[in-house]
Amino acid sequence: MAFPYFPHTDEDIRLMMERAGVKSFDELYSDVPEEFIYGKEYDLPSAMSEIQVRQYFEKLAQKNIPLTCFCGAGSYDHYAPSVVPYILSRSEFLTAYTPYQAEISQGTLRYIFEFQSIITELTGLDVANASMYDGPTAAAEAMMMALASAKKKTRILLSRTLLPQVLSVIETYAKYHGVQLGYVETRDGVTDLEALRIHLKAGDVAALMVPQVNRYGIVEDLSGFAEELHQQKALLVTYCDPSTLAVIRTPGEWGADIACGDCQSLGMPMSFGGPYAGFLACRQEYLRKLPGRIVGATVDKDGKRAFVLTLQAREQHIRREKATSNICSNQSLMALYATVYVAVMGPEGLRKVNDISYASAHHLHDALLATGLFKEVFDKPFLKEFVLSTTLDYKTLQQALVSNGFFAALRTEEGYLDFCCTEKRTPEQIDALVSVITSLVNN
Amino acid sequence: MKYYDKLIFELSSEGRQGFSLPQPSYGGTTSDLPENLRRASSVSLPQVSEPDVVRHYTNLSNMNFGVDTGFYPLGSCTMKYNPKINEEVAAMPAFKDIHPLQPSRTIQGVLTIYKELSSSLSAITGMSAFTLNPFAGAHGELTGLMVMRSYHRSRGDFARVKVIVPDSAHGTNPASAAVCGLEVVQVKSTPQGTVDVEDLKPLLDDSVAGMMMTNPNTLGLFEPEIKEIAALVHSCGGLMYYDGANLNPLVGVVRPGDMGFDIMHINLHKTFSTPHGGGGPGSGPVGVTKALEAFLPNPKVVVTPESYLKVYGRSGRPAEDDDMAAGQVSGFMGNFGVILRAYTYILMLGRENVRKVGPLSTLSANYIKESLKDCYHLPIPSVCKHEFVFDGLEDKSTGVTTLDIAKRLLDYGFHAPTIYFPLLFHQSIMIEPTETESKETLDAFIDVMRRIAVEAAENPQTVLDAPHSTPVRRLDETTAARHPILSYKNLIEE
Repeated sequence: MAFPYFPHTDEDIRLMMERAGVKSFDELYSDVPEEFIYGKEYDLPSAMSEIQVRQYFEKLAQKNIPLTCFCGAGSYDHYAPSVVPYILSRSEFLTAYTPYQAEISQGTLRYIFEFQSIITELTGLDVANASMYDGPTAAAEAMMMALASAKKKTRILLSRTLLPQVLSVIETYAKYHGVQLGYVETRDGVTDLEALRIHLKAGDVAALMVPQVNRYGIVEDLSGFAEELHQQKALLVTYCDPSTLAVIRTPGEWGADIACGDCQSLGMPMSFGGPYAGFLACRQEYLRKLPGRIVGATVDKDGKRAFVLTLQAREQHIRREKATSNICSNQSLMALYATVYVAVMGPEGLRKVNDISYASAHHLHDALLATGLFKEVFDKPFLKEFVLSTTLDYKTLQQALVSNGFFAALRTEEGYLDFCCTEKRTPEQIDALVSVITSLVNN
Repeated sequence: MKYYDKLIFELSSEGRQGFSLPQPSYGGTTSDLPENLRRASSVSLPQVSEPDVVRHYTNLSNMNFGVDTGFYPLGSCTMKYNPKINEEVAAMPAFKDIHPLQPSRTIQGVLTIYKELSSSLSAITGMSAFTLNPFAGAHGELTGLMVMRSYHRSRGDFARVKVIVPDSAHGTNPASAAVCGLEVVQVKSTPQGTVDVEDLKPLLDDSVAGMMMTNPNTLGLFEPEIKEIAALVHSCGGLMYYDGANLNPLVGVVRPGDMGFDIMHINLHKTFSTPHGGGGPGSGPVGVTKALEAFLPNPKVVVTPESYLKVYGRSGRPAEDDDMAAGQVSGFMGNFGVILRAYTYILMLGRENVRKVGPLSTLSANYIKESLKDCYHLPIPSVCKHEFVFDGLEDKSTGVTTLDIAKRLLDYGFHAPTIYFPLLFHQSIMIEPTETESKETLDAFIDVMRRIAVEAAENPQTVLDAPHSTPVRRLDETTAARHPILSYKNLIEE
């Protein structure tokens, strides 16, 4: 029986075998010891038609409960204009691979150049790479990069206000790579500068990584951080939500040396955690330590402007075990996603997304406090996300929220409840969420 | 393909906008933040209309070559056809709009897919269990090596710091080992292109954590002594790692788990038909034997006795005492969008068609090899698997190199093969046709390759100057690297 993805007719196969000098498919595997040839039936379902496949996934889809998202914690329900997925569906982008042959890959190379330009503009740093897998792995790479850049220093400090998954991934990489970690504790919901000063006295600190918008949604005030670190020849690395960098003080303005984070907030679907795209940017002097693909501008032999993968001497296919990282592919298509999103939004659109999210989140924050069921945990400036504490029973609360179609009040490690509003949340949804919670007590 | 010379920044005009957003319903804006926390510098990003954006990126796409454009015989990259139903399934709102931290009971559909794809991969490879969390092949290698180290450490065996890698291995193998804190020891290949067992033997002692192998290797050759190699590595206490970059020819015929491998990764974007996206997103699931299951990274999907699926080990949740997991390698649970596409492909294939994947890809490679070996130098003449390597033209007197041949292929409407890899030969041309190309396509490619060989002899300058018909011609890579211009800001400052 023919199959839609295999074009070979029986006659084709016969002719091809004749040329290849074999009489059967078995003969093509004559170099494989017979005991390794799998003779049994594969434990897989029988082939389905497209209609059946669709029905199968529709049935699985019904096993999910659709929820309106009022949580953040590293993945945000922002809106993507229709034009973004439309552009991404162009098969010239979708079905290409790494632009090794620059002459027929100028489309990919140009959008990566645009992506790098957007990231440098948002972060206020000099250079950026072509993207990383996600924010947490970008942070792990930033850690290794900082260690390689700060000579003779051996310890990386992490702020306890980084997202839990960022800490987990960095800790995993550090454990195997052999990196010594230290932690800067939290004071009033933000990274404690005093605690940093004490750490720095040991003289072994290569870098500190600190979030700009932290795990409680608080915008951190990093005054004095870069100065303290630079005095000790240590680097400041900030973890950022790039969407917010259109309105909050940038890594460059704080004096950061390296910035990393997740581009998911640039309108990418939450998609159960991926694909997203991490980013990594730095000051010019650390360029040679930057891992991953980098695209540069040049000219072709006729003098036409053109773009090409460059500085490849850093990379694994050239340097093997001496490379800056093992990363090979990036999240190129998602870098295109971020690029088209930012192109459509522009500086004004990004500001508006932040403003609407800010206004809605602050309204929700005040409305929840007004119910008397929640308490403020930290009195600190926030954007779209915040945490509160409550005496409500968590299980009862969650059951009520889910059965009314909400994903909200995610419990953090510390037992706080996380809330978030993006520009997608309507006043009706916000009112409905508050009334579900209020009704828990009134009933 | 038509040359188009704009960057999105060059279309910008103050006051233009491409977005439409609702009016805020409540008072307050980010300008209420303390001044110290607000961005001081202006935001120099493009200001363009929606039609500007669509036309710009459409024009860019017209300078790109993808699998949908034409034949893409890039060795070790398995550029097979990307089925279109995959895209539709991945775009279903019921999957796309799921927050990664939603309670398990609200995402039973998602977790079922995660679990079923894992089981399907087990069936195809013979490994006991999979994590789908790694984002790419190299990321899978790193994860697999973490599993390897965790296993040794759990047995109090801290001295195993070496990993053996063949000299023909992909560059990511040694690089992943280095990131994982392991020392790389290289083992030689025989003149026949496979692992030299005699060279391997003296390397084996109790400092060996394991050995990484690609089988078939990067020359497209099945390692005939795999059984002995696995036995040797196991007897010194090491584990066998399978680099799944070349899994395609074995699909439906041979299972890595049956050949003595303990850990492997799969590139879903290669073997399981998901689009390569210009260099990602990929997905690099890692499979292990029963004995290593506990070391797979968190978070995991576990099945409760009531057949309810539950996410276990999310970060920020209290760790269980008996948790032996290698750690956490991804923010959440991998590239779910890619996982959906791969599972769609497997359901379409079914147990019947899965048997044809390896054989058809192998037949296609041997067909090209036998059709061209009189004009291109074939260093190792035996039967190949899904790919094979030529060492440049048979006639070395023309001055035409592998790079020139690659560039000339672009003029004829083909993507070039992988070139100058593996490093075993000076003029490597690594060709992988896959099972989704018709005989007519292969014949057209063969004709062009033969024509280039003739051109090289009769009119070498045409080949040396190629490409002629692409949107841009050969690039000045030296200046690009010596004097890097890496952003629009750099460019306008020039």
